Amino acid sequence: MKAWIRGNAQGLGLLIAVITLWEFMAGYVVKNPLILPRFSAVIFSIYMLRHLLIEDIAISLLHFGIGLSTAFLVALPLAIGMGWFQKIFRMVDPIIEILRPIPPLAWIPIAMVWFHLTHYAAGFIIFIGAFFPILIDSYTGFRNVPKVLVETGKVLGCINARKLIKYVAFPYALPFIATGTRVGMGVGWMCVVAAEMFGVSESGLGYRLFQKFYFLHQMDYVVAYMLVLGLVALCLDRLFRSLVEERLFKWKKGIVK
Amino acid sequence: MEEGDSEMNRRLEVRGVTKVFNTEEGVIKALENINLEVKPGEFLCIIGPSGCGKTTLLRMIAGLDYPTRGKIILDGKEVRGPSPDRGMVFQEFSLFPWRTVLKNVEFGLQMQGIDASRRREIAKKYIGLVGLDGFENHYPYELSGGMKQRVAIARALATEPSILLMDEPFGSVDAQTRNILQEELLQIWQRTGKTVLFVTHSVDEAVYLADRVVVMSARPGSIVECMKIGIVRPRKRTSMEANVIRERLLRLLISERKKTGIFR
Repeated sequence: MKAWIRGNAQGLGLLIAVITLWEFMAGYVVKNPLILPRFSAVIFSIYMLRHLLIEDIAISLLHFGIGLSTAFLVALPLAIGMGWFQKIFRMVDPIIEILRPIPPLAWIPIAMVWFHLTHYAAGFIIFIGAFFPILIDSYTGFRNVPKVLVETGKVLGCINARKLIKYVAFPYALPFIATGTRVGMGVGWMCVVAAEMFGVSESGLGYRLFQKFYFLHQMDYVVAYMLVLGLVALCLDRLFRSLVEERLFKWKKGIVK
Repeated sequence: MEEGDSEMNRRLEVRGVTKVFNTEEGVIKALENINLEVKPGEFLCIIGPSGCGKTTLLRMIAGLDYPTRGKIILDGKEVRGPSPDRGMVFQEFSLFPWRTVLKNVEFGLQMQGIDASRRREIAKKYIGLVGLDGFENHYPYELSGGMKQRVAIARALATEPSILLMDEPFGSVDAQTRNILQEELLQIWQRTGKTVLFVTHSVDEAVYLADRVVVMSARPGSIVECMKIGIVRPRKRTSMEANVIRERLLRLLISERKKTGIFR
């Protein structure tokens, strides 16, 4: 713990400075909680809202889970196909490149029509957000497999495409898939508020923030939920990194770090 | 060399092989009517100016490329694709970076479906043969260039191929390491009795290693001369006989190079 504090002293110092500045500005300069609630008021709000928060986090994680897992399950096989077989890449790439720039928000009407007011509608928006980063990073991994590794595989008896993908391309692409998933998680989480904004359920971080607190002009509650949105994402990212990256990629040390 | 080599090491024949590449710049004839016979247990070096198609020839024997005309025959059977009966060591580092030394050497055995404990046993034997005992659990990034190539040799040998194909395997290591690796390769060759086909651009390397040196012409590559190296082993790099042969080979290569116009 001591060592951790020493290692992150500069970051912690700035964090404390920013919070102090915020508290001071809100209390003595702005003096209007509607425009800028005080930091202490926000922390107090989090405490006040603790029961509601747990329910909302759970629902938001449900939406996030639906979106992210389907994005991963659809993107990965497609990435293998696009990365390994040039023909599939040439066929599919134009479609991907047309769909990719469409903002996830623009899909909301489609989500409503297809899934009505269900958790799946929210999951769908998150799916759109998470899908493309996972797909693109993953197929890049499969496309970049060095020729010499493929040929080594062939010479050692890894003859057909299925075996080559399993024993050569997939292990090579794994770090790319992990990076894509991490980026996809980030984008997907950013879509949570948008996905819940239109009221697919009576709870969820985004729903509460936008439909309840903002309408009531409870800005300290809004900022409290914003902070929670950030903290949950931070935890998800750290969890992913400790579960996946540190354990799976011992062999990458010499290459990236 | 051990008895029974003719069974373990099979005869390789290259018959009238021509290779033409169709590239964007047009048709390139890489090899022209190559005829070559490699005896079981022989150590054969192929040298030639760069771009003469020596790597292409090796790749075709490995089954990674196909001749436009002609045939490559191993033990009476035509080569039609890669197979573990021909081991290959590439010039570039070709270890699977996500696998430890042990798992790299086990790769070919794993593909053959040999069970884990037997795999381990065979792999350890070959890791010992290339002098890397104790490095089984290291990842490739922890190894030096020379060590990586030793692992690659162990990996190629682990499936017990009848012939070992080496494409400038020591091209990317420093000069001292290179000398050590050459000596070790000779010891391995003598101990296992494998046929070795070794492509290099270094005359010194060829004279030190080979029973026979094949000199190839500039593109389109064809065989200019097959030279027996009769020096008794262990050879001295600086001996008089070695120098005489080296001189002859260098002359041949220079005259080939002149034809391509590089020196003109």
